[in-house]
Amino acid sequence: MIKAVMMLNTQGKPRLAKFYDYMPVEKQQELIRGVFSVLCSRPENVSNFLEIDSLFGPDSRLVYKHYATLYFVLVFDGSENELAMLDLIQVLVETLDKCFSNVCELDIVFNYSKMHAVLDEIVFGGQVLETSSAEVMKAVEEISKLEAASNSISLVPKSVSGWRGR
Amino acid sequence: MEQLKTIGRELAMGSQGGFGQSKEFLDLVKSIGEARSKAEEDRIVLSEIDILKRRLLEPDIPKRKMKEYIIRLVYIEMLGHDASFGYIHAVKMTHDDNLLLKRTGYLAVTLFLNEDHDLIILIVNTIQKDLRSDNFLVVCAALNAICRLINEETIPAVLPQVVELLNHQKEAVRKKAIMALHRFHRKSPSSVSHLITNFRKRLCDNDPGVMGATLCPLFDLISEDVSSYKDLVSSFVSILKQVTERRLPKSYDYHQMPAPFIQIKLLKIMALLGSGDKNASEIMSMVLGDLFRKCDSSTNIGNAILYECIRCISCILPNPKLLEAAADAISKFLKSDSHNLKYMGIDGLGRLIKISPDIAEQHQLAVIDCLEDPDDTLKRKTFELLYKMTKSSNVEVIVDRMIDYMISINDNHYKTEIASRCVELAEQFAPSNQWFIQIMNKVFEHAGDLVNIKVAHNLMRLIAEGFGEDDDDADSKLRLSAVESYLQLISEPKLPSLFLQVISWVLGEYGTADGKYSASYISGKLCDVADAYSSDETVKGYAVSALMKIYAFEIASGRKVDVLPECQSLIEELLASHSTDLQQRAYELQALLALDARAVESILPLDASCEDIEVDKDLSFLNGYIQQAIESGAQPYISERERSGMFETTDYHPQDHHEVPSHALRFEAYELPKPSGPPQASNELVPVPEPSYYSESHQPISTSLVSERESSEIKLRLDGVKQKWGRPSYQSTTSSSSTTQQAANGTPTYSDAGVGSSSSKPRSSYEPKKPEIDPEKQRLAASLFGGPSSRTDKKSSSGGHKPAKGTVNKPAAVPKENQTPVQPPPDLLDLGEPTATTVTAMDPFKELEGLLDSSSQDGGSSDVMGLYSDAAPVTTTTSVDSLLSELSDSSKGNPRTYQSQTSKGPNTKEALEKDALVRQMGVNPTSVPVLDMGSTVDVRWGSPTFHKMGNEKFKAAFSSFNDVKLSMCNLAIRNRIRKLCFRAGGNRRDSEGVKRYVGKWCGSEEKNPGHFNYDMYMYWDEEPNWKSVPPLKTP
Repeated sequence: MIKAVMMLNTQGKPRLAKFYDYMPVEKQQELIRGVFSVLCSRPENVSNFLEIDSLFGPDSRLVYKHYATLYFVLVFDGSENELAMLDLIQVLVETLDKCFSNVCELDIVFNYSKMHAVLDEIVFGGQVLETSSAEVMKAVEEISKLEAASNSISLVPKSVSGWRGR
Repeated sequence: MEQLKTIGRELAMGSQGGFGQSKEFLDLVKSIGEARSKAEEDRIVLSEIDILKRRLLEPDIPKRKMKEYIIRLVYIEMLGHDASFGYIHAVKMTHDDNLLLKRTGYLAVTLFLNEDHDLIILIVNTIQKDLRSDNFLVVCAALNAICRLINEETIPAVLPQVVELLNHQKEAVRKKAIMALHRFHRKSPSSVSHLITNFRKRLCDNDPGVMGATLCPLFDLISEDVSSYKDLVSSFVSILKQVTERRLPKSYDYHQMPAPFIQIKLLKIMALLGSGDKNASEIMSMVLGDLFRKCDSSTNIGNAILYECIRCISCILPNPKLLEAAADAISKFLKSDSHNLKYMGIDGLGRLIKISPDIAEQHQLAVIDCLEDPDDTLKRKTFELLYKMTKSSNVEVIVDRMIDYMISINDNHYKTEIASRCVELAEQFAPSNQWFIQIMNKVFEHAGDLVNIKVAHNLMRLIAEGFGEDDDDADSKLRLSAVESYLQLISEPKLPSLFLQVISWVLGEYGTADGKYSASYISGKLCDVADAYSSDETVKGYAVSALMKIYAFEIASGRKVDVLPECQSLIEELLASHSTDLQQRAYELQALLALDARAVESILPLDASCEDIEVDKDLSFLNGYIQQAIESGAQPYISERERSGMFETTDYHPQDHHEVPSHALRFEAYELPKPSGPPQASNELVPVPEPSYYSESHQPISTSLVSERESSEIKLRLDGVKQKWGRPSYQSTTSSSSTTQQAANGTPTYSDAGVGSSSSKPRSSYEPKKPEIDPEKQRLAASLFGGPSSRTDKKSSSGGHKPAKGTVNKPAAVPKENQTPVQPPPDLLDLGEPTATTVTAMDPFKELEGLLDSSSQDGGSSDVMGLYSDAAPVTTTTSVDSLLSELSDSSKGNPRTYQSQTSKGPNTKEALEKDALVRQMGVNPTSVPVLDMGSTVDVRWGSPTFHKMGNEKFKAAFSSFNDVKLSMCNLAIRNRIRKLCFRAGGNRRDSEGVKRYVGKWCGSEEKNPGHFNYDMYMYWDEEPNWKSVPPLKTP
């Protein structure tokens, strides 16, 4: 089971954090800080895996991947495959890339709810739900279409909506 | 400014999807991004909380505004601040009919609330309603929320609807319903136990996604109860077969692998079902073999499947062919340059080694490479592997390595783990007693505060009881060596408390036993300890008890005792101690010093710590005294209960009366086979001369019942260990090559000549053949893997020779495969260097020409510039502008990449739009200087290491340019802008400069799918009186 998904930037600021078991806010912060301090002390060109029992309890592993200014982090237990989790991060990023076209950190900051929508399509209640980024995209697009439809008034300037539509 | 605000507001009104938030929110994000310290960030967030608190109290908040507030609350909570004041609004939002608002509400509540929160009650009803909705997105949102918000009590409220949804026409809903049901199962298995058949049914769903989702709950169910799912083996196998034969829709392909995640889940399930089941294993072997053949080991996901196959094979009944395939795959992993694959290889090796122990041999050098790798994760995994393959022949090397590593790390959690492993291995496989004590000393010295207290008791007991069968001489030698080593260590600063306890105890018991050290010398050392660690009462207690023993032994042997002045002062200090325990010990010591030899000898007999103490529970030794008292007219004792008349039975023994009050509590804890249990505690305060006080000599800390118990437990464990050590064949088996080679580590050598020479033979025979491999490593390999079968050979004395032969045969195969790790790995990831050299080699004059050329071209085409045609520093602008684009290709000096740049190149319009938007949203400062780069920076700057090698490249490219002065990272444009720098990734610590979003930077030459871009910002510092020229225009 996946215990947590995090996106931290290289300064240690959380850009998205989702824990699949309830954690009080303080605990979340502690974990985020803990994870970041471990990650930023890792040299380059080493493996993407970490055993992280000290933070998340026994049999916890962590897989991370560093993209530009962001760390993508998955924390999970022994019932998942490390390499597959690494690819799950890739699936997530690929989906985001399709979703935002040339995704960058700002997109994630400003599209908080959409990020969650994407993530919810991929990981559901701590289990991997969908791993085909095309399927995820389809679902997310359907959601945004319906959301747009339910939003009767639109005052968005054309240039902006055109940009957003991508 | 005003204009900006209106645009921002306008945008906020139409908020959805994209940059759907108001300027306020963006400002918040921006200011947090620029906060220089945590304190500043906190201050910003707190003021935001204030604002939100006020806003949320306003009447009639427009819904869209409300939505944004909620998002802001979520954001605040992500930053670690309490947003509970707004929870109720999030809950309210879930009731909204508007899908967007509803989803936002659900998102917020799932992030805010836990399943036992009071507000959940208000949501359950909404969830029930939403589950019945016609709109499948509403249903999905509700299912999403269920996973987090429903607890055991509320499951029945939604269960029927979730079950109904299992047959929903939309596959997305079916998938999520299954997951929700799975979640229920995890939370409270009993609530859904009658619905488990549904999972089986869904396995046959038409939609592969639903089928894949079903595997998650099935995996859980099967791992709980394997036997009732055996019938599914053939179904799983046939599904896996179909998947590998690409029967699934193309959309499930991932990097040319058909539905890899489903394959992995299936393999995991098969591993569960196949373990220990011959039939199932046979059915699986076919498809597993196929997988090995089909798997593409060049992609990450292909390797993930291969690894899963290895795991599966290591679980099911061994099949020689598959094992061979698995071993092949592992060797590929280990030989790879990727640390991830090495990690998986080591892990796989650790699994297979249980089945075929000799598999590790062929990978010995690869394993050692991993052990010496700078990557901590890999190192730890390798230690795990070594731990699994430890046997008596290689224990010394492995434990030495572990201890070296243990000393080098700071991570207490892992230190504890590795220390306990060292202790475990040492206890299990120790080749000699001295070695064991040395290892324990090291462990205590470096991780003493982290190891279990039992380990210390264990060590003390070992020293006290001795190791040999009946060899007193060896025992006393051992004790002497322990004493000597402790006397050496004792003066080290800052030893862990636990270690000091052991040292004190051993010195007290055996410090003077051999007559080598005088009592005053040992007691002086003990006083030093008590002095140096004066804040640690336990250590002090141990030290005083040790002093007492030393003096007792002196007195008993008839020598005169000179109490050192520092001891005297220590005793006096402790007589007035606040700790009653220390005080008591001091008084006892004082009293003891005044006694004669005979009395002392019966109080603290020499080396009697192992003797059992018979406790007289009935206190029969008092009988005479009582008799006397009664005869002289005293009243017989009446127990308290009898006295108060509440107790009728008379046959109660006096000591029972002590136990009665706490009977219920003590009952279990005291259930010990040993007679030395509870009554001792009550005897503690009996005055010194009484015989029951003998117990004190056992445990320096007499107060702790727990330690009494523990030590008896330890004794049980030790017996097993002792047997192992007692074997006569021990010395000869362990004296393989390892011992001799590790002599440098201070390990004493025990090798007898015969075996030693046999093991040194193989080395000399193959060393000359492959000089390129570090002999150090080879030696290490030989000592680690040298005796593959010695565990089984332990009993036969000739066993030592067999492994040696094994090593002789190996070298022929080893050299080829081991050369790969020795070669420096191609520096694929660091693209910086070659580019840097081309840059520095460039001719500055040509560079200038090129720059001017392109500036004239670019200047014409840049339409943004047109907007600002009246701006004063336009020339500068265009030059910098073009410089940058020039830089992008000149620094590469590579026509191929240049092409790729242009083909993927700037989407000018897009960049413009985005930049304009960002500017409107207030990411940039309100006054935008002329220096506008909006149209050109979205060019994929070809230099992949731009922000790392930035200084050099900038210098090289700009040094010839008249108008530009360069001071390291910052680029100064004369007269106008003092500092200018570009930075990827928006966060800059010193945010004194003006910041402006300029676009994205790809950061690498080729763009793979699933790529992440850098946000590019431009920072500059203006001359004090310089005004930015053009007013802001929206394109």
